[in-house]
Amino acid sequence: MSQPVIKPFKSIKELPREEKFAPGHAMCAGCGAAIAMRWLNKVVDDNTIFVLATGCVEVTTTACPYTAWLRPCIHVAFENAAAVASGIEGAVKMLQRKGMLNKDVRIVAVAGDGGTVDIGLQALSGMLERGHRVMYVLYDNEAYMNTGIQRSGATPFRAWTTTTPVGKVLKGKLQWKKDIDGIVLAHRPKYMATTTIAYVVDMVNKFRKAYEYSREGPTFVHVLCPCVPGWRIDPHMTVKVSRLAVETGMWVNYEVEGGVFRVTTRVPKRKPVSEYLRLQGRFRHLTDEDIQIIQKYVDEQVERINKMVGETVIGPVVKEEKAEAKA
Amino acid sequence: MPRLALTSNYATAYAVKMCDVDVIPVYPITPQTTIAEKLSEFVANGELNAEIIHVESEHSALSACVGASAAGARVFTATCSQGLMLAYELLPIMSGLRLPVVMAVPCRALSAPISIHGDYIDLMVARDAGWIILISSCAQEVFDNVIQAFRIAEHRDVLLPVMVAYDGFLMSHTIEPVEVPDDENIVREFVPKKREWLYLDVDRPVTMGPLAGPDWYYEIRFQQVPAMRNAYKIVKEVAEEFYKKFGRKYDTIELYRAEDAEYLMIGYGAVWGFIEEAVDRLREKGVSIGGMRIRLLRPLPVDDIASALRGRKGFIVIDKALITGMPVGPVFSDITTALKIANVDVPGISAVHGVGQRTMYIRDFVELAEKGIEMFKSGKIPRESIYLGLRA
Repeated sequence: MSQPVIKPFKSIKELPREEKFAPGHAMCAGCGAAIAMRWLNKVVDDNTIFVLATGCVEVTTTACPYTAWLRPCIHVAFENAAAVASGIEGAVKMLQRKGMLNKDVRIVAVAGDGGTVDIGLQALSGMLERGHRVMYVLYDNEAYMNTGIQRSGATPFRAWTTTTPVGKVLKGKLQWKKDIDGIVLAHRPKYMATTTIAYVVDMVNKFRKAYEYSREGPTFVHVLCPCVPGWRIDPHMTVKVSRLAVETGMWVNYEVEGGVFRVTTRVPKRKPVSEYLRLQGRFRHLTDEDIQIIQKYVDEQVERINKMVGETVIGPVVKEEKAEAKA
Repeated sequence: MPRLALTSNYATAYAVKMCDVDVIPVYPITPQTTIAEKLSEFVANGELNAEIIHVESEHSALSACVGASAAGARVFTATCSQGLMLAYELLPIMSGLRLPVVMAVPCRALSAPISIHGDYIDLMVARDAGWIILISSCAQEVFDNVIQAFRIAEHRDVLLPVMVAYDGFLMSHTIEPVEVPDDENIVREFVPKKREWLYLDVDRPVTMGPLAGPDWYYEIRFQQVPAMRNAYKIVKEVAEEFYKKFGRKYDTIELYRAEDAEYLMIGYGAVWGFIEEAVDRLREKGVSIGGMRIRLLRPLPVDDIASALRGRKGFIVIDKALITGMPVGPVFSDITTALKIANVDVPGISAVHGVGQRTMYIRDFVELAEKGIEMFKSGKIPRESIYLGLRA
């Protein structure tokens, strides 16, 4: 596989300044997905067609007669962004071949966790298997936020949602978060990465790589996007929560490029998961036992990743010690 | 013009090839599969320069159709029955986005119990999704309708998707002689690529399929009403032009030995052959009866139906589709509505036959007509469908 020639951005100062995602959309104050969309739009060029699945991003950015999209953009339904993108890619290929289109048109699909890991999984699998040259961005806010915070396959263990309420018997979601990344990787895409909005440089570099690799075949970027109303956090906490997800090992920023797995954000000293969980209202009901279960689960995940990489990229939990100093 | 021995499915594939279609997202389902196979063969042999997307479901097939058409390509697909039901969500989206996709529907029964055989219940369930619907009665017409469908769909005053329907198996898998031009250019001249619909163009970006609240949805959706009105006119115009170029005449409805007929027997699809033959036999017996078939189901040609029935003593509709909860067949409902709109008062009898491809005999139609005429004469008209071919 030929490696795309892109010089990665080293710091936030190098990031593109021109805004390509129009202001005035209706995304919530502090919306993590809005941050992801803003940076995604800075990275792609004007020859890009966007495909939106139904969801938060779509309803808040396309309210007729306004649009936040400066590039051509289509929304069709909830579960089919990958299939619509497949059709566009087929059309672009054929129109180019027949001389009806002489531009290097690129395609980016954008869908939430419901539209990707649940209802959209089949279409996504089809697109990946057929090898369409599409970049697929999953903005993961870990529930059906647009319809009012219902649980999805991407909702984490024990999280409160309106369909996994904290009742007298059942408290929060009973299952673990679905491993969509494992499912995507099983399709061997050209490029695949996980990232989160607090690490803007990491996120932007991954968007760029995924965009470049999508010239050859499907690519996938999974972005963890905190949701103010759904996670029960204050709007100013979005970035902090996103950062804590990585610092606690609840989330790992990595990429798989040319089949090689690489953790892109090393965490030498890990914080306990409680620091991440205790900031969010959706986990308020968790008992110390619940937190221990989650901590154990994360410890195992970290161990697995370190083993896979062959070195300690994510360190052990280091408690207290001015953990809040930087904040 | 050379004649080929083709099934209606192959006639579809030949017409699609001649129309220089760009993208074909398709998923196999009986009895549509031989269309997908033949088109794949054309592409594999370099006879058709199209992108076939072998999707993982009909839902994705229609979704990819939306994407490809929205990107400015000429798009074709085919499905039926369970596939059409799975893809149903995309039907009103396609018409709402005003994308001129053409879809062949070799009609098939719906589960449960599962049946792979032909009837029209799938089409009837899907008939109000904003698509233009042409029902063909022979393989030649299937070929001709696919070609006309692209002209109708892509007409700037229409811009609506079109279904070209016909009988699963009875037509999709039976071979008939079909006149196919040797020179594809004759067809391509008839369906030039004008691309007059709104498509995703990086030089003039638009947002398609936005969120529309109560202050916008109605007006946007309403635009399909004048488009459908125009479609009626354009279907007739295209048929006229087609006749001039290819010498075969089509209209929204077709009549058989109807000029002086007191009664009409009405059907659609392959049933038309049964009706024609039954009318001949009845005429020999001195019965004053003719036949009528619906070629254009949507938009419903209200005036053509009403003027064809005005002054008759009665009509019998044979629906090849079983609907419950409504005491009469689906096209019978359509026709009686048309008559009411046009203020034409003719008594009608609803009959259902060929459900799940139950064998139909010409004598069934002869007997139905004779029995029906007795009912009209006595004034004892049944209040619910007569179910033909049903074991007691």
